[in-house]
Amino acid sequence: MAAPLVLVVLAAVTVRAALYRSSLAIFIAERVEVASPLNAWKRVVEGLALLDLGVSPYSGAIFHETPLIIYLFHFLIEYAELVFMITDVLTAVALYLAIQDFNKVVFKKQKLLIELDKYAPDVAELIQTPMEMHYIPLKVALFYLLNPYTVMSCVAKSTCAINNSVIAFFILATIKGSAFLSAVFLALATYQSLYPLTLFAPALLYLLQRQFIPIKLKSKSFWLYTMQYASLYLCSLVVIICLSFFLLNSWDFIPSVYGFILSVPDLTPNIGLFWYFFAEMFEHFSLFFVCVFQINVFFYTIPLAIKLKEHPMFFMFVQLAIISIFKSYPTVGDIALYMAFLPVWSHLYRFLRNIFILSCVLIFCSFLFPVLWHLWIYAGSANSNFYYAITLTFNIGQILLISDYFYAFLRREYYLTHGLHLTRQDGTEAMLVLK
Amino acid sequence: GGMAAALLPLPLLLLLAAGPGPGRADAGQERRDALREELTPLPTGDVAATFQFRTRWDADLQRGAVSHYRLFPKALGRLVAALGVRELHLALTQGFWRTRYWGQPPLQAPAGAELWVWFQPTVTDVDKAWKELSNILSGIFCASLNFIDLTNTVIPTASFKPLGLANGTDHHLLRYAVLPREVVCTENLTPWKKLLPCGSKAGLAVLLKAERLFHSSYHSQAVHIRPICRDASCLAMSWELRQTLTVVFDFFSSGQGKKDWSLFKMFSRTLTDTCPLASQSKVYVDISPKNKEKELLEVSPAPTSVYEAVVQGDKKTYAVYDLLNPSLFNTSRSLNVQLKWKRPQDSSEMPIPTLHAQRYVGGYGLQTGEICTLIYNTHPYRAFPVILLETVPWYLRLYVHTLTIITKGKENKPSYIHYQPAQDRRRPHLLEMLIQLPANSVTKITIQFERALLKWTEYPPDPNHGFYVGSSVLSALVPSVTAMKDMDVEQSPLFTSLFPSSDGSSYFVRLYTEPLLVNLPTPDFSMPYNVICLTCTVVAVCYGSFYNLLTRTFHVEEPSRGGLAKRLANVIRKFRGVPPL
Repeated sequence: MAAPLVLVVLAAVTVRAALYRSSLAIFIAERVEVASPLNAWKRVVEGLALLDLGVSPYSGAIFHETPLIIYLFHFLIEYAELVFMITDVLTAVALYLAIQDFNKVVFKKQKLLIELDKYAPDVAELIQTPMEMHYIPLKVALFYLLNPYTVMSCVAKSTCAINNSVIAFFILATIKGSAFLSAVFLALATYQSLYPLTLFAPALLYLLQRQFIPIKLKSKSFWLYTMQYASLYLCSLVVIICLSFFLLNSWDFIPSVYGFILSVPDLTPNIGLFWYFFAEMFEHFSLFFVCVFQINVFFYTIPLAIKLKEHPMFFMFVQLAIISIFKSYPTVGDIALYMAFLPVWSHLYRFLRNIFILSCVLIFCSFLFPVLWHLWIYAGSANSNFYYAITLTFNIGQILLISDYFYAFLRREYYLTHGLHLTRQDGTEAMLVLK
Repeated sequence: GGMAAALLPLPLLLLLAAGPGPGRADAGQERRDALREELTPLPTGDVAATFQFRTRWDADLQRGAVSHYRLFPKALGRLVAALGVRELHLALTQGFWRTRYWGQPPLQAPAGAELWVWFQPTVTDVDKAWKELSNILSGIFCASLNFIDLTNTVIPTASFKPLGLANGTDHHLLRYAVLPREVVCTENLTPWKKLLPCGSKAGLAVLLKAERLFHSSYHSQAVHIRPICRDASCLAMSWELRQTLTVVFDFFSSGQGKKDWSLFKMFSRTLTDTCPLASQSKVYVDISPKNKEKELLEVSPAPTSVYEAVVQGDKKTYAVYDLLNPSLFNTSRSLNVQLKWKRPQDSSEMPIPTLHAQRYVGGYGLQTGEICTLIYNTHPYRAFPVILLETVPWYLRLYVHTLTIITKGKENKPSYIHYQPAQDRRRPHLLEMLIQLPANSVTKITIQFERALLKWTEYPPDPNHGFYVGSSVLSALVPSVTAMKDMDVEQSPLFTSLFPSSDGSSYFVRLYTEPLLVNLPTPDFSMPYNVICLTCTVVAVCYGSFYNLLTRTFHVEEPSRGGLAKRLANVIRKFRGVPPL
């Protein structure tokens, strides 16, 4: 399987290199859908220039990256394009290896459940076969590398690529079962953008499942393992934050990075829901709604953990999607990460209800974003409502996509345990309904 | 209209009234009322008139409470004493001084309101004193100076050195703010005139009538308070209050095309008497000959004396009218200075000022833009440095890595840069640079910015008018072509003594560029409720879908017995004779 992966990597690198040399690079770098105030490359360069001038990069409101990014690019600024291409390739390779291992785990679990007779007799067509699972890792790498969103994010040199890379390594470490590496990468991801904190729950559930520790609130081994993992995570987070303090000798980065993510002062338009909402907010309610919107990202974790405790990988996927949709400054790079996982659930295709219209909505909105931006900002013939409308539609499309996949997943689980051909008590064919 | 291609010589009329009355020793207060009116016919048919009133007060406001104010206005005296002000400079200006066509200004001020203050080292909370000061001045001058707050105040490090006596210059005691959107009108002129000892009832201030003053191309009124040496030995300190008013009349459009002017024509008044509290009251008319041709113009009545000096690098000749000279006011007790051109002016080149600048916004669209400043050094062989101070509001996010300075096609690195980035809604950008200008060159400074989207309540009432960016300040010691003598402050005319001159070979100039008007993207102001509803609907769609999927489980559907609707439908079907559902 290495050869096709190498081919895919080469194709991806070629596409990116070609775009770097073309005139589209400047156009893409300026797009607000690709570069947000948190991860734009222009702001990284500005932060380094401020450092050269002797001014702290965090003294203004331009630079919101973490000190480790300053440290990294202080040395690598000449090779920025290469760094971002390598980051993308590393992400794809990490996802490839992770999904390869995950498929093995799924297959083993499936076999165990079949032998334990947990499945109904007529669900043979629902069981995943190694043949159809063989190409899934390659498809995942392909979906990530050749996704136009990822390509644009790389050409714009948005640091979202680095964030995606760290999360991909975290997923790889989790699936391989190394709690220490998983905690370290999760701490790095949280340190960079705060929201991956919610991925703690699916990772913990996966690791518990891997260690065959039952998830019962009264079980001592459950709490012991949870404490271990949590302390590993918190200690690495503390170590990384203290390291950042020593890099620039000040705690200025905490309000500049985390205060900025949480309080959303910059209302630059992006593909998310926050900017226009807070531009039109009555000042009196500003704090209340900031809190509501931020809690909205975090509060799906516990209910999803309860419902999906047997399926932590799907939980991870749904959680990643929720972060990408509801974070304060989303970009298309974040979307590309969870979309890379869609081939893993390709066996759910027969249960998806609205996939055609949702993919049409997402594609149309992606094309309309730059058009309506141009009409608002450059032509002056539209106003901000047009761009806002497309933001709303795009987000509804994403939300319905995720809930469609969730519905299909739950439905397949039901069929697996209750059989595919359902009959009512009087023998006629039955309908399945959510009640 | 009437923008002549050739530039015409400009006779300068300066009215200078200065006069210390012999004060009583114990009162310790002297007044020199120096009214200086400069009337400068400018090349395009404009005439510039500058009034300067100077009150000197030999008192030390810090020590002991002062309760007796004679000539120095009590409002300002108490302000200086209570808030620990060392120097105060307030200017209210309408219009823009076009340096390229009108020459070097005697005292330029940026469009709008400008306030810069040095505080005493004894002041502990400078920001609090600054806020109080701007509010009190807002009340005294009926100007909206109360809009000065931390979002438009900066602390320059090199540009605004004290103009009076100074011990140390810790720049944390300095505050500078400019409000480019301020308009100047009669309400601001009236309290300004009230600060004069004679008001507008006697002396040169009778010429200051609002209906003529505001019908002009440029109007600037300023108040400067600073400590000065009491005499040449500088053993004691005095407070000096200078009030200056510069106005440029456009005669081509209002004066029937002729370039002759008179006091009556400009101000619709003549001078009738002097202020009895003034110790000196003079009118200076610039009759400098151009191209060594005398007799090109004629002033009437005959001046009492002629004064020659090198002002701002040029040799100038002034016809002086000393109003305290009893021979000046003849039987009619009115003085109407008139200037007539003897023959039609031929096109002769007006000297281009050594230093002038312009600034504009480049780029298109509402996302990004570029501020470009062009600085011209027209001196044929001398290079000199200039300090550029730019204050940009926080909502235009400057990117200092895009700052480029190009002179004669090559990059010009500034020898000193002080950059303080803005913080959203808290302080503006401050960029100060020391740039070396080579001789006979044009320097182009560009910096890119991004336009921010503000909250809907932060836009002014007419949001599509745009947002003003205050003028940038250029301070330079310009080398002069002619050597200048060091002059005694008390004896020299007022127009030479505001800015300190370090040596005779260069003079200090402070120039301001144009203010900029920049458009920001606007949200739709009619939509707050709609936006809240729609966004919350999207969030609720997610919540609803996830709630359903998380709390409900799949069940096989039970056949329903049929509700009311079904039974009603069956009844209708029975009537129709159709099989029931």
